[in-house]
Amino acid sequence: MNKFLHIIRNLRLGSTIGMLILVIIWSTPTMGLLITSLRPSSLAETSPWWEALFNPLSTIWTIDAYQNSLSSGMLDSLINTIAVTVPATILPLMIAANAAYAFTFLNFKGKEIFFAILVALMVIPLQSSLIPVLRGMVWIQKNLHIPLTGTYASAWVVHSAFAMPLAIYILRNYMMTLPRELIEAAKVDGASNYQIFWQLVLPMSVPALASFAIFQFLWVWNDYLIAFIFVGEQKAVMTYRLLRLLGQYGQGWRDVAAGSFISLIVPLIVFFSLQRYFVRGLLAGSVKG
Amino acid sequence: MGDILFGLLAIVVGVAASYGLYWLLNLIISLLPERIRKKSDWLAFLTPAAVLVILVLIAPLFQTIAWSFMDDGVKKWVGFKNYMDLFTDERFLGILLNNFLWVLVVPAVTVAFGTASAALSNQVGPRLESIFKSLIFMPMAVSFVAASTIWSYFYAYVPPGRPEVGLLNAFVKLLGGDAQPWITIDQGRLNSFLLMAVIVWLQVGYAMVVISSAIKSVPEETIEAAQLDGANPWQIFIGIILPQVWGTVMSVFVTILILVMKIFDIVLAMTRGNFSTSVLAFEWYKQFFENSNIGPASAVVTILVLLIAPLMWLQIQTARHQETLR
Repeated sequence: MNKFLHIIRNLRLGSTIGMLILVIIWSTPTMGLLITSLRPSSLAETSPWWEALFNPLSTIWTIDAYQNSLSSGMLDSLINTIAVTVPATILPLMIAANAAYAFTFLNFKGKEIFFAILVALMVIPLQSSLIPVLRGMVWIQKNLHIPLTGTYASAWVVHSAFAMPLAIYILRNYMMTLPRELIEAAKVDGASNYQIFWQLVLPMSVPALASFAIFQFLWVWNDYLIAFIFVGEQKAVMTYRLLRLLGQYGQGWRDVAAGSFISLIVPLIVFFSLQRYFVRGLLAGSVKG
Repeated sequence: MGDILFGLLAIVVGVAASYGLYWLLNLIISLLPERIRKKSDWLAFLTPAAVLVILVLIAPLFQTIAWSFMDDGVKKWVGFKNYMDLFTDERFLGILLNNFLWVLVVPAVTVAFGTASAALSNQVGPRLESIFKSLIFMPMAVSFVAASTIWSYFYAYVPPGRPEVGLLNAFVKLLGGDAQPWITIDQGRLNSFLLMAVIVWLQVGYAMVVISSAIKSVPEETIEAAQLDGANPWQIFIGIILPQVWGTVMSVFVTILILVMKIFDIVLAMTRGNFSTSVLAFEWYKQFFENSNIGPASAVVTILVLLIAPLMWLQIQTARHQETLR
């Protein structure tokens, strides 16, 4: 028995050391950028960041870079990002929940085929439809004089559409686990589908709605391509501005670093406070690209 | 300030309008005679999603395939010319090679790291486990652009004479080597492998979390039985745990494989496709946004779709598999 305990203890120590090494490797690159963003510009350009890490007390720490970054456009971009992200999270959730209800509780011809098409669409790269969608919007703009490109709304529509396959898939999988007898009983009592959906199914699906909402929120917040094509320079989102900064040589690492961390604050808060829902979503198959 | 108000207003109006839309659809259906109503109730729930998917995903996909047989300005048909041009262009063959390398390396490495960290973190006690896991999982919340910034800094090169800021070059110097502009070195596709490290960094957390939850659901009795038989921890992992979580490991592998096929942002942010690091999705971007060649851009993305298409089948299989579990 003693020998057995010995093995367990060694195993635990070895695993801890192994994980510790992995965690240090995983955190170091981020740490470097974070430290750089907090140093005065004179030091950040003339000495490596790990000098500040080894002498944290004798180093001057400052949030100048953050103030600069916010006042030179990052604050506007933060607002633009929020304006794109919040509706692009709520709208697809609502549309997908309705569709998932039809797929779970209603019967119609071709249901299986429609659903298989949706699942297949999950793997299709979004690049395959972006050019026609963009040209279509430009055409509408020219001929019907409805401004679409360069507006938040166009990004909402495109993000909603790309969210559909995965959102419907996850929500349907969850709705399948709801007690059918309850819905049948409500039908017998004369409730309409509309009432059953809003008063029964939607409130019971909150866990799945929450995990998809977090997932979609992070996806849209971190998206570059759709924001670049459909919102563009006028209302530049943070990923757009950051990429520009990264491309300008001589801008200095400090400004890029501060910009990066400003763009990371909201996702990190969402992520760490709601990690449990996020993990549940991942386990239900939420990954898209 | 005006922007914030406008945004708030837009959110409220948008949500109210879509709620109104569903209310209206249901109203219309409920006014129909009962016989038709019973058969068409699903339309009220499915129509908006179907319209969105058809207009923004399916129809444009077919349009793109059609355009891949047309010239730069999509004015006239050119048959297979775009494809012939691509497959006789050495640079494009290099791009295909890059995609192949990404697919070969990233899913395997990520799943290996993910499985290892899932197995290790299972042994360190609940408190440390959650801290370690959060730190490895954290990159999942980071955008591809921010991740590229973080890693570009790690790989940074400064001309000789100025103080080193890139950690990689500092290490190389410590070991007696010379600082190199790593990201520009395409010998043996070295720089492509450096970009792959970024995706591995981003995705190991995902692999770890999913595989870890599978490991935790392995029945205790099977492990205890092996312990009584005198199996060591390594034998238990290989012989007892791994076979039971293999299905999960494979599904993570496929998910990352699909993600990697479509890899784009990292290449854009770190090298803009220069130094032979371009991949299919980036080539699409370059053909369209830098050269305005719609025909060739469509051909590139059609090739990508064709390469991914077999994975659709896997995806549908996985979906079926999950259904039989219920």
